[in-house]
Amino acid sequence: MDTADILLIARAQFGLNIAFHILFPTITIGLAWILVYLRARFAWTGQTTWLDSYKLWVKVFALTFAMGVVTGIVMSFQFGTNWPGFMLKVGNIAGPLLAYEVLTAFFLEATFLGVMLFGMNRVPGWVHMTSTVLVAIGTSLSAFWILALNSWMQTPVGHEIVDGQIVAADWWRVIFNPSFPYRFTHMMLASGLTALFVVAGLSAWRLIKAPRDAAALRALRSSAALAALLAPLQAFVGDLHGLNTLEHQPAKIAAMEALWQTEKGASLVLFAIPNAEQRRNDYAIEIPKGASLILKHDRNAEVKGLEAFEPNVPPVAPVFFSFRIMVGMGVLMITLSWLGTWMMRKGALPPRWLLWTFAGFTFSGWIATLAGWMVTEIGRQPWLVTGLLLTADAVGTANGVQLGASLTGYLVTYGLMLIAYMVVLTHLAGKGGAPEPGPSAGMAMKAAT
Amino acid sequence: MTFDLPVIFAILMGVAVLLYVVLDGYDLGVGMLMPAADAHEQAIMVSSIGPFWDANETWLVLGVGLLLVAFPVAHGVVLTALYLPVVVMLIGLMLRGVAFEFRVKAEGWHRDLWNWLFWLGSFVASLAQGLMLGAYITGFESGFGYFLFSLVVAGGVCGGYVLLGATWLIWRTEGELQRKAVGWTHWGLLWVALGVALVSIATPLASETVRGKWFDFPRTLVLMLLPLASAAAWLWVWRTASRVGSGKTRSDWMPFAGAIAIYVLAFLGLAYSLFPYVVMDRIDIWQAAAHPSSLSVVLIGALIVLPFIIGYTIFSYRVFHGKATGKLYE
Repeated sequence: MDTADILLIARAQFGLNIAFHILFPTITIGLAWILVYLRARFAWTGQTTWLDSYKLWVKVFALTFAMGVVTGIVMSFQFGTNWPGFMLKVGNIAGPLLAYEVLTAFFLEATFLGVMLFGMNRVPGWVHMTSTVLVAIGTSLSAFWILALNSWMQTPVGHEIVDGQIVAADWWRVIFNPSFPYRFTHMMLASGLTALFVVAGLSAWRLIKAPRDAAALRALRSSAALAALLAPLQAFVGDLHGLNTLEHQPAKIAAMEALWQTEKGASLVLFAIPNAEQRRNDYAIEIPKGASLILKHDRNAEVKGLEAFEPNVPPVAPVFFSFRIMVGMGVLMITLSWLGTWMMRKGALPPRWLLWTFAGFTFSGWIATLAGWMVTEIGRQPWLVTGLLLTADAVGTANGVQLGASLTGYLVTYGLMLIAYMVVLTHLAGKGGAPEPGPSAGMAMKAAT
Repeated sequence: MTFDLPVIFAILMGVAVLLYVVLDGYDLGVGMLMPAADAHEQAIMVSSIGPFWDANETWLVLGVGLLLVAFPVAHGVVLTALYLPVVVMLIGLMLRGVAFEFRVKAEGWHRDLWNWLFWLGSFVASLAQGLMLGAYITGFESGFGYFLFSLVVAGGVCGGYVLLGATWLIWRTEGELQRKAVGWTHWGLLWVALGVALVSIATPLASETVRGKWFDFPRTLVLMLLPLASAAAWLWVWRTASRVGSGKTRSDWMPFAGAIAIYVLAFLGLAYSLFPYVVMDRIDIWQAAAHPSSLSVVLIGALIVLPFIIGYTIFSYRVFHGKATGKLYE
């Protein structure tokens, strides 16, 4: 097996793992703050319906968090197994950022998760409230560090080369590198929206089965309303992120827009089949001068095409299509959240087709997030660290048979886990948050009211 | 004042690995003991480790993270050489990690499947860790003899985890399950004694470096304190477990403390055998160390944050003190 094949399998395996992993933190980062809200409402109002909601969503959180933890452990090993060259070259930057993630975030969330899940009857209310907040802070801190590293790999600054090694000259600039503020905000909003659509979708599913569940209707209404605010904000932040990318990684933008040649007054390609061999677009539907207008805010401005960046250009088709999937999904999410918020404004149960639509959109955030990550990660190829390290130079010497066998093992395991996750989630949501029949405290309380 | 940063990081990494082995060791051991218990007891066993397993596994991430941060050269060599057992371990850890949630939330035959996967994942992960340790001690030499050696080590590691798990259950459960755990502890002790004896004989045979370090009179006489202390700890676990079993003492934490002592002593012996190598006979810690600027920035962070981690870990053990009941996941 030659090195090109090994590179391909190593990338496929790492891509599979990181894509599978990101599904779960994307939910938990947002859901953790929703839990803080529910827990706080219970603390302030003392109404047990808030507690019932909290107990339902904390189950979803626990399940999702466990999926994130175990797949995250895989990630921590794969930096070494698949990309030993990465640590050799930029380990002095990547290492400390990852170490800070473990030290400040992982232990915090793991320990207080135990208190949050199992400690409600063992600690005073304020300690439980604090634990819930600390778990939320932990998940967000984790995103902070890992996105600082990812952003530095995209737009590296603040480093210097000493004795052939890349070391940090200014940690502040390394962390707050040019693309970090945009990427972090974009990802946090993505997490918020993903979690809100999970809550909305599962609540809609519950309402299809039990139309009179008031807590589920409340959850659906409030998550749709918050999504209606966050989704357009996300579009705005995404646009800023794109302009930042144009400044720092213009080749990625050229691939997103399928601009092969440098042109004045470049057209905006709405749809096309990028033809890499002939470096042109087939079946293109274009808006004349549109790309110059949206990227440079000037109809006749020059936009650099991919030819300007040869030979270090990313593959065009996956970036081009992923970008359109992300934007398309975003538009659908804005539309659905606005429509839903409007139709439910009076608090009545919406028609069944709307419930089914929300249920169908339960994991829409996953699609948008994954597509977004494909844009940004494939779009920076062939670089692993822009201008410093090529992906091909970081790949390990693990042989192809090992890589292939482990890829198969991961695929089977992930398939099993994902099916089980979705089945159990649907089952949990179908049961809803109301107390189960039986001699429990909740039941007694319900009987008393 | 200058610090020998690679030595400091070797110690930090060692502590993280030791904490991982002891902490995740007891919950992996409880996982491996699952088939020996009935459904009601299984619920209690899982409840006893439910609040802790996630934080326990974080020590593994820290250990690997420190290897990555402090000794990047070795990180690549070690993880490339251990590629397959690492993958097997990770799949095992994944299955058992999610099984905590699935085994109570799934229904029907799904529940049985996840119970079984919980056991299988615990066992496979422990076995893979033992294989990794075996390969690590011998500097990743290949050959049938070395593989056999790794298998012996793997058996010893599984036995050690079962011992930790059983003594944990003596501490955290009561009644019939606790009496069962006393029996498991005795079996675990026999298993560990056999494993440690085999490994202690085989390691000097397999590695010239280790032989040179241990058989060097008169230093050998001082070093013999380690196996003597281990034997004392072994007897202590045996006796205290019996006494708890027959109701003669209520200090049910003593067997677990003794089992930890066995681990600490074995770890010290291992650390002595390996030091200063991070890859046996090939790369020492100074050759593998990262740039001092990145080491010191991590060290500062670790010194600030670790006291908090230790503090809230103790807090969590205080919150979940006492005997486990099967109600945790309900």
